[in-house]
Amino acid sequence: MKKYTDQGKIDTRSGFGAGLLEAGRKDSRVVAMTADLKGSLKMDAFAAEFPERFIQCGIAEANMVGAAAGLAITGKVPFIGSFAEFVTGRVYDQLRQEVAYGHTNVKIASSHAGITLGEDGATHQTMEDIALMRALPGMAVVAPCDFNQTKQATIASVDWDGPVYLRFGRPAVPNFTDPDEPFEIGKTYVMNEGKDVSIITCGHLVWEALQAAEALEAEGIGAEVLNVATIKPLDEATILASIGKTRCAVVAEEHNAAGGLGEAVAGLLAAKCPTPVEFVNGEDKFGQSGKPAELMAAWGFDAAHLAEAAKRAIARK
Amino acid sequence: MANTQELSRIASQVRRDIVRMVSAAGSGHPGGSLGITDVMTALYFNEMKHDPATWTRSAKGQDAFIISAGHLAPVYYSILARAGYFPVSELGTLRKFGTRLQGHPCITDSLPGVFQSSGSLGQGLSCAAGIALGKKLDGESERVYCLLGDGESEEGQIWEAGMWAAHHKLDNLIAFTDWNGQQIDGPVEAVGGIGDLRDKWSAFGWEVIEADGHDYDSILKAFELAHAANGKPKMILFRTEMGHGVDFMAGTHKWHGKAPSAEQCAQALAQLEETLGDY
Repeated sequence: MKKYTDQGKIDTRSGFGAGLLEAGRKDSRVVAMTADLKGSLKMDAFAAEFPERFIQCGIAEANMVGAAAGLAITGKVPFIGSFAEFVTGRVYDQLRQEVAYGHTNVKIASSHAGITLGEDGATHQTMEDIALMRALPGMAVVAPCDFNQTKQATIASVDWDGPVYLRFGRPAVPNFTDPDEPFEIGKTYVMNEGKDVSIITCGHLVWEALQAAEALEAEGIGAEVLNVATIKPLDEATILASIGKTRCAVVAEEHNAAGGLGEAVAGLLAAKCPTPVEFVNGEDKFGQSGKPAELMAAWGFDAAHLAEAAKRAIARK
Repeated sequence: MANTQELSRIASQVRRDIVRMVSAAGSGHPGGSLGITDVMTALYFNEMKHDPATWTRSAKGQDAFIISAGHLAPVYYSILARAGYFPVSELGTLRKFGTRLQGHPCITDSLPGVFQSSGSLGQGLSCAAGIALGKKLDGESERVYCLLGDGESEEGQIWEAGMWAAHHKLDNLIAFTDWNGQQIDGPVEAVGGIGDLRDKWSAFGWEVIEADGHDYDSILKAFELAHAANGKPKMILFRTEMGHGVDFMAGTHKWHGKAPSAEQCAQALAQLEETLGDY
């Protein structure tokens, strides 16, 4: 079992803020925009260093999307930041026409994704955003697993020619990947090798999957852990190679069942390699208030639940 | 730069193009296109700094134009073709399978002269404001123009953009409204009740200019007034008549989204002089 060390819990949105600052230093085309959530999106350092390239949009997300498209037309690389719900569902038609159909180079910085934003409750806990963004032609969908990877993904998205949806979150979570490893959009990272089951996941659930793999190893079960840090375009070759070895899978995501990573992987496997798959997701329901850890356990997103799902998948082989 | 007499001749041809294109397509939006033809002709043949030969989407060194009311595509395509962005022969492909002239303007097929996809209403002013800010950040002096419908101004995003553009002092942004008082379901005041656009835009911190959208002296004077570098975005309210130039289409919402039959097309063309040669 490959060993990972938690370098200290930290929120992935801070990884975005750190990546934005570095990207801004490297590339003068980078501008940051937010709809009255500069602090929540961790844009303060960028705004302090590049005040002329920080553009406050007020509580008007629809206009922010259109204005970003206009800035992109002039050659800027705008990052538009808000909570996941307000930068996807609230502005879906704007993203569709101005960004996706408009072919503008806008990067969507989506914080507080999923139920683990916690206490604010269901109005703020989007569990549908991956589905919405996957459905847009030409939209890359990226969900990195920790602070380091979110920072690197932010930097990498500047050089990606086209719109990118960058999904990250509010709670402090383990930070365990190599801080210097460049991020490659479109790549699925094999975090641990195993022969019995593939645990396919994204975001901070990757850490939970690694904990599950460790527990399974103690029982003599080899779990391969895949970090699908880019959900679209999907790294089909890496996923198929893993399934070719393990012949069963768990797909886990902090997102509802419809249109998420689970359906993306299921679609691939149905077409290319029919395989027993167990799904761990938010099913078809809204979230609720609570502490992130409480919600993780209640929704079955923690390591213990993932390990159980892995055993169910193996039993179906 | 065309004078008022030349503009009038170009506009007559553009109106012929609109009627023929929409009639041949069997669907489309002739009414609004005919109503804003004089303004669009003045914009592209007198007011705007642009060059089809060196045009790029980024609008570097040139003025930009966003058609927020994307259903006015027929007048837009005719104007672009007549200005030299693409062959006029292509106008006959409007709305047909395989065309670059989609029912509403789009970027996908790289039609020269088009800066942004539009059609879903209320979004173009935000994009135009973004381009205007981009030009300011780059120290460029060129302007950005944006066409809005009065019915379209019922969309809330228009007013988000209005606040934002004034807040950022985008005096290089010149928006203009096709104030014809008509929308699909009937008169604007009966359907949406947008009220007095002068007061509204003024309250949003914009410089408001009114003009007659069928009088070239009035149109050109309005654009000239809009050049003022006074820290305020400009809104020109052009009083227009939907369907202007064709008697049976004029002054009613009924031709907003309806194509003339072959017979109606002939009847319309009899009222419009062929000045530059039909496509």
